[in-house]
Formats: sequence, structure tokens, C-alpha cells
Amino acid sequence: MATKASAEGTEQTGGDNIRRRDFLNVAAVSFAGVGTVAALAPLIVQMSPSADVLALSTTEVDISKVQPGQGIKVSWRKQPVFVRNLTAKEIAEANAVPLSDLRDPQTLAQRTQPGKANWLITLGVCTHLGCVPLGIGDGENKGPYGGYFCPCHGSMYDTAARIRQGPAPKNLEVPDYKFTSPTTVQIG
Amino acid sequence: MSFSWAKPYEPKHSFMKWLDERLPLPRLVYGATGPGYPVPRNLNMWWNFGVLSAIFLGIQIITGIVLAMHYYATGDGAFNSVNQLIMRDVNGGWFLRYAHMNGASFFFIVVYIHIFRGLFYGSYKAPRELVWMLGLVIYLLMMATAFMGYVLPWGQMSYWGAQVITGFFSAFPVVGEPIRVWLLGGYAPDQAALTRFFSLHYLLPFVIAGVVILHIWALHIPGSGNPTGVDVKSEKDTLPFHPFYTAKDGWFAAFFLLLYAMVTFFVPNYLGHPDNYIPANALATPAHIVPE
Repeated sequence: MATKASAEGTEQTGGDNIRRRDFLNVAAVSFAGVGTVAALAPLIVQMSPSADVLALSTTEVDISKVQPGQGIKVSWRKQPVFVRNLTAKEIAEANAVPLSDLRDPQTLAQRTQPGKANWLITLGVCTHLGCVPLGIGDGENKGPYGGYFCPCHGSMYDTAARIRQGPAPKNLEVPDYKFTSPTTVQIG
Repeated sequence: MSFSWAKPYEPKHSFMKWLDERLPLPRLVYGATGPGYPVPRNLNMWWNFGVLSAIFLGIQIITGIVLAMHYYATGDGAFNSVNQLIMRDVNGGWFLRYAHMNGASFFFIVVYIHIFRGLFYGSYKAPRELVWMLGLVIYLLMMATAFMGYVLPWGQMSYWGAQVITGFFSAFPVVGEPIRVWLLGGYAPDQAALTRFFSLHYLLPFVIAGVVILHIWALHIPGSGNPTGVDVKSEKDTLPFHPFYTAKDGWFAAFFLLLYAMVTFFVPNYLGHPDNYIPANALATPAHIVPE
């Protein structure tokens, strides 16, 4: 090709007027860039939960000793879960609240399983900034709505663990769970 | 820094001028690795190993910081945190651990070649005596760091390595045994020794990095030697560091890292000893223990 005889000497160009050296530079730097990204990947993914942490993703709970009006706190994925046996009065209170009064409208039926409306199972993690609300243990402050009261910033939850007052934006989260027997719940 | 014909740094952009008057970091980079640092044009492959040593120090520090996020420095937990948590459970942990383990071996390989180059071509002679002496300090720190790192997985070779190496100190008359007990914090390697080794294994690489800066600073005053042994006289004997030596070092680093990757991925335990996959046992020395 005529370009080989270019007057530029070492700066040869191909048919498309790209300097050979520019092409080599871009190719080498790109290749190094791809290699660097590949080497960075394990440095980043190592921070994600490891296999032994993910293996703790379910917890079995024996609820046979939880009487109506009582609740227990269990650990699931290192987070507290509130398992509460509601009294008939608490269920009636929760059902009496009009949905329009709620910040995060949900009925008690949506937050429990069919035929098990007395078993309210939620994460014990305030949806504001993650503190553990009071109210699950005997004698703890349940707040003015009879559910839970978060001591950090005063979020108040009702007997269906729905947010009623205070800074929290959402109801206490209901985790996935199923009754593996009448007295055993598997969370997760 | 070194030669009268070195190009002075002249910031062109107004921001670079502004920065240069306040924090002349670009000037430092320009004078150390840019066109402001002329290098003899006749350097051969053996001069690539200094940069490679710095690369391996970087790899060791980065992978080491990450491994320390998962490691437990306890007599009960250390072996499992390496061999179960890091090797099996942590995402990419096997790669990071093998990279760190073989990175240490390759760090020593490149440093030995670098030292050999210095001996063969007389790089230790005037006016570069301090470069050599600082290099010896780095080498001593490397040996200490590598030894303490070898103890951390708390396998049989780790444990008996700690026992034997600290046993050297007991060879001193009279004070030897008390020194050994003081170093270990006990009569044999145990929790106290493991915790202090971990602490120092994390600290010393940063001390090495500091001495490396002095090593390079001392080198950049007279500039690199060259294979002929006759120092450069004028500009026609040198080339600017960038782009000539960045390109040459870069090419050679890619080639050498390929060897490192081959060992790390295909024969990661070739440079190790299988007995280190047996948990430390203070009552039985491995039959195959050898002076290494």
C-alpha cells in the first residue's frame, strides 16, 4: 500500500489513517484495564455475606408455650423476630382501625396467616433506623397503641405492629414463615 | 532530580499551575516517573525487577488487608478461619488467600533477582551505597513479615516454624532462653504469640513501604546504574522514564504476573507444604519438617 511509503517514517498508518502506535497504546491500556477490573472483582465481592452467613437463613421456633397476650423474641439472621400471641381484644382493636388512618395501610389479616390471626410474627427492627422496639416482653412499654414502642425516636406501633405515630415510615416487616406443625414455625 | 538535562516540570493548564504552587504532587510524579527522570537507555531485563518488587508489595498489602477482614487471630479459630471460612465460605476468598500465599513467594523470587542484579552489576557501589543498605533493611523486614505471616494459618508447619525460628534466639548464651520466652509470651507458641504475630504482620508491610520510599529517593539522586558500569555522561545516554521505562516495566510486569497467575490458579500449593493443612498440634512435630 502507498501509505507504507509515508513521509512520517516510524509513524506508519494503516489504510484508515490510524497511527499504528496509537492503536497499540489503546489496545495495551484497554487490556490492562480489563485485567484490573477482573482482579478487583474478588476484592469487592468478598465483602458480601459469606456462605456460612447465608446458611443461617432459616430458624425454627417452638411456640407451644406462648400464651395469649404473651410474646417471644427469637433471632433470625442475627436480627430479632417478635412472635406474639394476640388476645381477642388486641385482634378486635387492630381490626377496628380504619385503613385511612394508617401511614402504611395493611389489615391484620394481610399481616398474619389464614386461620392464625392470633399469631403476629414480625421483625423486631424499627423501620426508622433499626432499633429494637419495646413491648414484646412482660412489663415493657407497649406504647399508647398497645403494640410496640421504639425507645430511640419514639415510633409507636399498634397491636398489628403497624406504625401509628413517630418517625418510622413503614409497619414492622413481616418475614416469610410457615407453620410446620401447630406449635412450630419456620422463619425464613 | 538527578541529571542537569532532566526536563523541568512546567504546568500548562492554569489549574495545574494553581495546584503546583500549593501542593506540587504532579511535580513529584513528573520528576520521579515522568519525563523529568532520565534513565540510562541501555538497561536490560534485570532492571525490571525493582518495579516488580513494588508491584508485589502492593499485591501483598491489598490482598492482606482483605484477608485480615476474615481472619481470626485465636488459637482455636485461626486454622478454621483460613481453611474453612476464607477458603470455602467467603466469596472469592480462595483466590485472595492463594494470591497472598503465592504472592509472598513471588515477592521473594523477584527480590532475590533484584538483589542478584545489584551484586552482579555493582549497584551497591558508590554513589549508591545507601540504596543498597536501605535494600538490606527492606529484606530483613520482609523476612520478619513473611515468617510471621507463615505462622498465622496455625497449621502444623506454621506452629513448628514458629517454635524453631524463635528457638534460634535461645542460642544466645544466658539471655537466649529468656528472650525466646519474651518473644513468644509463653514457653511455646500459643495465643499470645499468635496475636502479636498478627499485629506485627499487619504493621510491618507499611514500614516496608516507608523504607521503599527512602530506597527509591536515595536511588533517584544518582540515578540508575547501567550494565556497562560506566555512569551516563549526557542526555544522549538516557531516555525519559515515561514513556520508555513505563512501557518496558509494564510489558515485563504483565509477563511476570502471567507466571504468577499460572502458579496461583493451577498449582497454588506447589510452593507450600501439605502438612500445613493439619491443625497445629503442640505435642507432635511433623516428621517431614525441613530447614527452609
